[in-house]
Amino acid sequence: MANQSPDDISLVLAGQAGQGIETIESVLVRILKHACYNVFATKEYMSRVRLGANSTEIRVSFKKRVNCYIDRIDLLVALEKVTLARLSPRIRESTIIVCETEVYAGRGIHVPVPMTTLADAAGGKILTSTVAVGLVSGLLGIERGIAEYHIKHEFADKNADIIKKNLVALKNGLDAGMALAGSGKVKFATKTDACIADDILVNGAEAIALGAIAGGCNFIGSYPMSPSTAVLSSLAEKSRIFDIIVEQAEDEIAAINMALGAWYAGGRALVTTSGGGFDLMCEGVSLAGMIESPVVIHIGQRPGPATGLPTRTEQGDLNLALHAGHGEFPRIILSPGTIDDGFFLAQKAFNLAAKYQVPVFILSDQYYVDSYYNNPPFKLEGLQIESHVVKTTRAYKRYAITPSGISPRGIPGNGDGLVLVDSDEHDEDGHITEDFAIRTMMVDKRLRKLKNMGDDAIPPRFTGTSNYKALVIGWGSTSNAIDEALSIVGDPSLGHLHLLQLYPLSPDVRKYLVQPTRLVLVEQSPSAQLAQLVKLELGIDVHRKILKYSGEPFHVEELARRIKEEVA
Amino acid sequence: MDPKAYDVAGIDNQWCPGCGNFSILKIVKQALAELDIPPDKLVFVSGIGQAAKFPHYIKCNYFNGLHGRSVPVAMAIKAVNPDLTVIAESGEGCNYGEGGNHFIHNIRRNPWLTHIVHDNMVYGLTKGQASPTSMKGMVTPVQVDGVIIEPFNPISVAIALDASFVARAYAGHQQQSVGIIKQAIQHPGYALVDILQPCPSFNKLNTFQWYNDHVYYLEKEHDARDRQQAFKRACEVEKLPLGIFYRNEKPAFHDNLRVYQHDKIPLCKRSPHDLAKLKAFIESRK
Repeated sequence: MANQSPDDISLVLAGQAGQGIETIESVLVRILKHACYNVFATKEYMSRVRLGANSTEIRVSFKKRVNCYIDRIDLLVALEKVTLARLSPRIRESTIIVCETEVYAGRGIHVPVPMTTLADAAGGKILTSTVAVGLVSGLLGIERGIAEYHIKHEFADKNADIIKKNLVALKNGLDAGMALAGSGKVKFATKTDACIADDILVNGAEAIALGAIAGGCNFIGSYPMSPSTAVLSSLAEKSRIFDIIVEQAEDEIAAINMALGAWYAGGRALVTTSGGGFDLMCEGVSLAGMIESPVVIHIGQRPGPATGLPTRTEQGDLNLALHAGHGEFPRIILSPGTIDDGFFLAQKAFNLAAKYQVPVFILSDQYYVDSYYNNPPFKLEGLQIESHVVKTTRAYKRYAITPSGISPRGIPGNGDGLVLVDSDEHDEDGHITEDFAIRTMMVDKRLRKLKNMGDDAIPPRFTGTSNYKALVIGWGSTSNAIDEALSIVGDPSLGHLHLLQLYPLSPDVRKYLVQPTRLVLVEQSPSAQLAQLVKLELGIDVHRKILKYSGEPFHVEELARRIKEEVA
Repeated sequence: MDPKAYDVAGIDNQWCPGCGNFSILKIVKQALAELDIPPDKLVFVSGIGQAAKFPHYIKCNYFNGLHGRSVPVAMAIKAVNPDLTVIAESGEGCNYGEGGNHFIHNIRRNPWLTHIVHDNMVYGLTKGQASPTSMKGMVTPVQVDGVIIEPFNPISVAIALDASFVARAYAGHQQQSVGIIKQAIQHPGYALVDILQPCPSFNKLNTFQWYNDHVYYLEKEHDARDRQQAFKRACEVEKLPLGIFYRNEKPAFHDNLRVYQHDKIPLCKRSPHDLAKLKAFIESRK
């Protein structure tokens, strides 16, 4: 076949909502990983339950791990017409399109496969998605036993008849795929990578959920909202193994207030939400600021304002997280780029919240939570769940004035003291006060925590050589795509600085930015919010900006092209 | 215990002279003393308003949070530490207005907490506007032509939602109210006590005299397990019945949680997650 990269294949599966694209993705990715191919997968879907146009991108790599979205499509398996039309900007002359004759739209190389007929022969049209799994497995030379194992696993809770029909559909697809590969009509040179056998497959949402558990999370109160719900359901699934109270709140206001109640009583609570839901939590964030309660808030960003694009991606809520809640109080904002980041930052978020008694944000986005790739298992060695709770005495004062600004935090029923917290300005005991001197002392005490929080901030991740002539700055989900784009650009004088903590900034950020160099920000928002923050905090101008706010994630090719333009 | 055990020394009380809140404070302290609940095992959760300042005047742990949000905070505290006695206490504006959604859904959850709602049919802290329970026709600085919307009936709403304990008390009746609140605290689930009180500063309509003329007790024969009957009595508005309208014992929220199915140790007292178990779980994601 012409034009196939010897290193990896970009495979897209497309269909309407309800055609089982998500099931194909999860089964196929597991099959591919089991067969020791490196895989990356991300989905794009419409905010609807039926019809529409959904697709999933699966990269299959033979040489090294792959971890981000690309534009190129080598093989497209389309279950119907509408989705194919939507993908048309990504279809090239060399794209192989496997679909029924009537679905084909005239571009790319059409390879007709009667998938519906093969599904019908196995028991009905509903099995088309399983035929597609078989077809791709056949084309990529997957062992039949591996594919069968994962189909059985996927439908394990279904009755014997359903499992049997799916196995027949798989076989029909596998045979068709192997026949195509054998005929030379479609041929991919594949190679397995045995060293990934111990890798795990975890998406961004699950990485955050697992990190939260590693941080001691034992309570989540949240209201479902795309794309943040995956963290809620992931913790719910794990609550059967770990002691976690999972409660679906009546609204986001209740969710954050439950979380604050849980922390007050000695729990470690998380809330997960997205833009609009977070708007409702803002008063609760302010309450956390006043009562100096720890709380961890995951925001899976999506394009706004208002309902915006519910199932798409954006990085437009940094300013919201930074300024949410009336009044002034310290906060911490973290943002994961890689799957590892999601785990380790979520873990750290709980300890930071407990230590500084402040709201800690984990800012992700739809692309981040819905993407996954094979990754070595997270290393838990050295991780600790830090309680930072003290046993109270009779003389206990919840808001004792201290040099660090941190007052030892007690919980009710743990010691002889009483724990008094108040949303009004309060004295050291926690009683309402309108004394101007005490008010000033309390404001100073709360804000004093910022000093240590800044010194303690997680340093940014730098890739490149020390004498870089231009620095690409990113945060959040763009991390892997920037790295791959830079490897395509191939200019060793370019560095990549990825910020893992957005507030307060680590002192190291300044060290990298003050070098005489061209600064290029990559951000999925229309107004370069990180550049605004850097200007405000460090007085440094970031002149070059690569921005995108269509709702689609950056793809590597586009980033490589735009980085080249900005550093030329 | 002596009710004095709950006194807070040297506190500057912000309530107006003659406020019904003083009687309620006395009633609640008496009920707690009779039940021997030590201050360090007691948590009051309140919102915003004059009634919400209540926990400042009673010796206990407290979480004086946001307007309308006391109940979600309280239910989470009880879930994380069921050993604590948790009382949510605030006014009717806080609980039925701003916090209406939490009122509805926590009745469904049935957390073991006592929900004491000071109901004076007017807004006090914001100086005299209508509250959710204000009577039609009441003239205020905002409702200048008188209240034109129907008053909220918390008792009938709670019974409609099959709340597990629903009562109405009156601040002017010390002894009977102590009895009602004691039963509410002992009730192992969500217990609503709507407690009527005059507001001498802002409610010139529903005075001590008005209440004395408009309240009476449910008869001894009233069967609190009969939901239809309870609902019927709750709908009486010409004269307001007092007492326990409805009781329907069922498992409390935390009793139904998986974390307490095989282990009664409060979540907050358990050792942190076992990271070795987590490691094994992560490795199962191969």
